[in-house]
Amino acid sequence: MDYALHLADNALILGQRNAEWCGHGPVLEEDLALANHSLDLIGQARLLYQWVAEHRADGSTEDSLAYFRDPHAFLNFTLLELPHTTALAPSARADRDYAVTIARNFLFSSYMVLVWEVLQYHPEPRLAAIAAKSLKEVRYHWQHAADWLIRLGDGTPASHDKAQAAVDFLMPYTQEFWCEWPAAKHALPDTQDMQTAWWTMVNEVLSEACLRLPEAKGHVTQGVHGIHSEHMSYLLAEMQSLARQHPGATW
Amino acid sequence: MSQNEHANEWPLWEVFVRSKQGIEHKHCGSLHAADAQQAIRMARDVYTRRQEGVSIWVIPSASITASDPADKESMFDPAKDKVYRHPTFFVIPDEVGHM
Repeated sequence: MDYALHLADNALILGQRNAEWCGHGPVLEEDLALANHSLDLIGQARLLYQWVAEHRADGSTEDSLAYFRDPHAFLNFTLLELPHTTALAPSARADRDYAVTIARNFLFSSYMVLVWEVLQYHPEPRLAAIAAKSLKEVRYHWQHAADWLIRLGDGTPASHDKAQAAVDFLMPYTQEFWCEWPAAKHALPDTQDMQTAWWTMVNEVLSEACLRLPEAKGHVTQGVHGIHSEHMSYLLAEMQSLARQHPGATW
Repeated sequence: MSQNEHANEWPLWEVFVRSKQGIEHKHCGSLHAADAQQAIRMARDVYTRRQEGVSIWVIPSASITASDPADKESMFDPAKDKVYRHPTFFVIPDEVGHM
């Protein structure tokens, strides 16, 4: 079940990050698009948390999993908790850069298209059903992100430079997609083909976007083991504070 | 709108959504987008997120030629007293349904 929890945490954390654009989008249409994507992701997270909670049968609920776990208990990729900026700034609010949002959504949705494609045939019917539903959603997220990345990369010199900086900054974090850990190994036994397919997908769009394909190297982050960046606590604090101030509150 | 005035803005598109197969596309609003493909995508996010549609059309707003509101009287008022143009004198069998 750690893998289902990892998938849920991925969806929730990116959903929360992208929701930061709600009311602050560069244009109204993109504001709505990002909020839509966040709702898709949070919907996926809910389905997975409900499943994990039932399986645990220890009184856990989707809410307790989302709001009452601390950073080390979250198994999401580090990539997804980073603020929308290439600067290593302590504040998530400083200098939100849409190129980072788009580049992250592109790198991650490319990966999730491949993951859900495999999981839709998973022997566990509940996971297979969640995968089939999520696949439709993430294919759209991918189209949205790829389309924007091409427009930014092949746009003005300024948009090109920002897009390249975003891709360069985020690429090292994608190494975590392929790190081997027991729960993932069980759910996705063969990531070798997936990795090849991912690089092909990414490379095709980057070259259409006139962007250079950077190497994914350097430190491999450990989000899937609960070891997160300094940004994770701030993100969770914002997301969880209301539920923690008023435990058990309902509408 | 003059081209210069809005030179830095994306062009405006009119959005038509078909709510289900067999029903015509209906105008539901407009939005700004850089090109037609992007306009379709944005229309999906802006106008169909509550399951409103199964198909979307977009056309550049600039392609629409509209009647002049000042001509309203001469354009539309003469039809007012020609009630015989309504096919209300026919009995439509129930089986025909909506016409």
